[in-house]
Amino acid sequence: MASGVNLSPAKGLHRRKGGSSLVWAPALLAGAAVLLPVVYLVIRALGAGAEAWELLLRWRTLEIAGRTVLLAATVTVGTALIAVPLAWLTVRSDLPLRRLWAVLTTLPLAIPSYVGAMVVVAALGPRGLVQQIVGQPLGIERLPEVYGFPGAAATLMLLSFPYVLLSVRGALWGLDPALEEAGRTLGYSRWGAFRRVTLPLLRPAIVAGGLLVALYTLSDFGAVSLLRYETLTWAIYLQYEATFDRAVAAALSLILILMAVTVLGLEAWSKGRGHYYGSSARAFLQSGPVPLGPWRWPAVAFCLVVVAFSVALPLAILGYWLVRGLAGSEALVSLLRPAVGSVVVASLAAAAAVVAAFPVARVMTRFPGPLSGILGVVTYSGFALPGIVVALALVFFSVRFAYPVYQSLSLLVFAYVVLFLAPAIGAIKASLLQVSPRVEEAARTVGAGPWRVFARVTLPLAAPGFLSAGALVFLVTVKELPATLLLSPPGFKTLATTVWSASSAGFFAQAAAPALLLVLASGVVMAFLIARGGKVSSQGVTRGDVPIR
Amino acid sequence: MFYAQDPGGLGAVAHLLGELPESITSGVDPRFRSAEGKWVGISGRARVVVYNTKKLGEADLPASVMEFTEPRWKGRMGWAPTNGSFQAFVTALRVMKGEEAARRWLEGMVRNGVKAYANNTAIVQAVASGEVDAGLVNHYYLFRLLEENGESYPARNYYLKSGDPGSVILVSGAGILSTSKNVEAAQKFIEFMLSDVSQQYFASRTYEYPVVQGIKTHRLLLPLAQVQSPNVELASLADLEGTLKLLREVGVVP
Repeated sequence: MASGVNLSPAKGLHRRKGGSSLVWAPALLAGAAVLLPVVYLVIRALGAGAEAWELLLRWRTLEIAGRTVLLAATVTVGTALIAVPLAWLTVRSDLPLRRLWAVLTTLPLAIPSYVGAMVVVAALGPRGLVQQIVGQPLGIERLPEVYGFPGAAATLMLLSFPYVLLSVRGALWGLDPALEEAGRTLGYSRWGAFRRVTLPLLRPAIVAGGLLVALYTLSDFGAVSLLRYETLTWAIYLQYEATFDRAVAAALSLILILMAVTVLGLEAWSKGRGHYYGSSARAFLQSGPVPLGPWRWPAVAFCLVVVAFSVALPLAILGYWLVRGLAGSEALVSLLRPAVGSVVVASLAAAAAVVAAFPVARVMTRFPGPLSGILGVVTYSGFALPGIVVALALVFFSVRFAYPVYQSLSLLVFAYVVLFLAPAIGAIKASLLQVSPRVEEAARTVGAGPWRVFARVTLPLAAPGFLSAGALVFLVTVKELPATLLLSPPGFKTLATTVWSASSAGFFAQAAAPALLLVLASGVVMAFLIARGGKVSSQGVTRGDVPIR
Repeated sequence: MFYAQDPGGLGAVAHLLGELPESITSGVDPRFRSAEGKWVGISGRARVVVYNTKKLGEADLPASVMEFTEPRWKGRMGWAPTNGSFQAFVTALRVMKGEEAARRWLEGMVRNGVKAYANNTAIVQAVASGEVDAGLVNHYYLFRLLEENGESYPARNYYLKSGDPGSVILVSGAGILSTSKNVEAAQKFIEFMLSDVSQQYFASRTYEYPVVQGIKTHRLLLPLAQVQSPNVELASLADLEGTLKLLREVGVVP
């Protein structure tokens, strides 16, 4: 191997441009693994018979696609309307208990969408709490319908607004308040200056956060299925469950892939456009927060309402059903198997994702260039793809080419790696960037082989990144629903599938305990990630450039 | 070994199944096995109308499922169109009444504002809570909820009359793949599933109908002999694809 021993710094520099095949092979393998299922799905869908195409071009398909787009657009706009005022209040104003609100408003990220939807149905559904507590005494037989578009849109908005919030908050921290003040001196009112100066400066952050919300909504399966709003993900699932002919599911997946890729393209395009630089970031700290004056209490009320509906009420409702279940006949013992299942599969996924992510993160930090750029895009696209699409593709692929792994735990773990490689790469990259290649080279010059350098130098130095990556993948895996539903081996249960199947049958008391456990576990892992360095105020719980889904 | 929850699934793979020995098939009620001896039923599921006992009595319910498209049932019915048993019932409807009548019935139900549920349990709960007055389900879901909520639970099953497609009895069933390398063990498994122990398990734990004689069933379960089930061969319910196509065309499933 020509690059095996590099004693001189000059040669080392040269090597950093290219890198040996030993470095690239595992990275490219990981990239190929992410690409494999979707490429196969596309081939399969394009090769489907005329009948499948006929089905795809029906009016009804257009209807489902239209509903999906409508939901994604509504949720995106809605989250911006909630998040931008919240961000401004918690960063720039003298809102009472500002720090507390900053933490509380990120908590919805710990609540999976199917848990949120289950809470909505349990509270507002036909047999729900509100009906029992308020409806019956007043003699109201039927509450307005919670199923369908309004329920799904409201639920997803309340759970996903933190994406926009974190993005906008980060931008607000970095914004130069002198610009707004300049606007004031030129005659704008405070509101005018905000609208004409600050808001345009925040636009990239709003767009970036909004596109994440759009991806989240397109991928969502749990909320739309429990709230019975027929979008593409749910249609794909029904199609897969109910028929032998999988061509329609493949074709619908193709539409969903196209939508996700479009959003991804928009995101790349918006990132490429305009950067705004402040001359003296955080200078406003000296100029002091903006006094809210008489608006103080309406502002607190706004924060209170958002936190109540997105965090406090859901937890209270889950608690109520838990108590009610325990008072009845629900046994907590039945929690053990799904909890163990969740922990086992999420640990495996975390380990596998870290192992697969390291070589990619390494080439991206050490050998930046077109190839590692493409690797970055490919692995990120895995993250953008809806879980149900990846799962379906792996079912197709394994049944035809790798039958022994079909319905095995290894295939499920593989699916998680495809979906969550990007966050793992992001976290590892962040810590690898802090390990100077000089240190590694120094170890090489004193005679250590590449493995020894990795084990004794790189690994200890980058350990926090590996740990964060593992925790992050663990968190998203525990919450993941559609791929788990499709790919779980027979009889294998996780907390997520238990919550979903119990609540889709209307057994809320049964679903409450695993749902609370899930939220608790997510909360703990999130707290760990935040404590490790992702600051809530500026970065939220993002590591690298990929947020928690 | 292939074990499916409804005759549609069994019919779809019947060409892959080998013939079962007479010793297995002979004990099973002829209604509940394939005529060619390809598969046998393991447990029976009657299609019924579950109704809210506070709002309706048996006398209010029609003799045939076809009558639910009448205006007086507008907004009062529930179904679960993605459920396999519901689809098997639609297949029975197509076989017995013809393609056009089945389509008209589905369209009529949709016009009547039938509410779609994710599954049978959700329907029974919706009926009990008065969200809808009646729903099309398999018979045993009610018994699971009776078990949980006691006999005051305001829902009961109603069997449609005189051989209506709406009262078809479906089975879960099993057959042995003709490519099987372990026929003996597969036969033993099916024999065990048909033994008194297994059949009694189904009758008392899942509240399904036994497919062999001499098993005790739930006190509130209408005995099999009194069910006026239609005279349709279960093996003829194999065309699941055709049913799905129809359901898609009518817009009942995606």
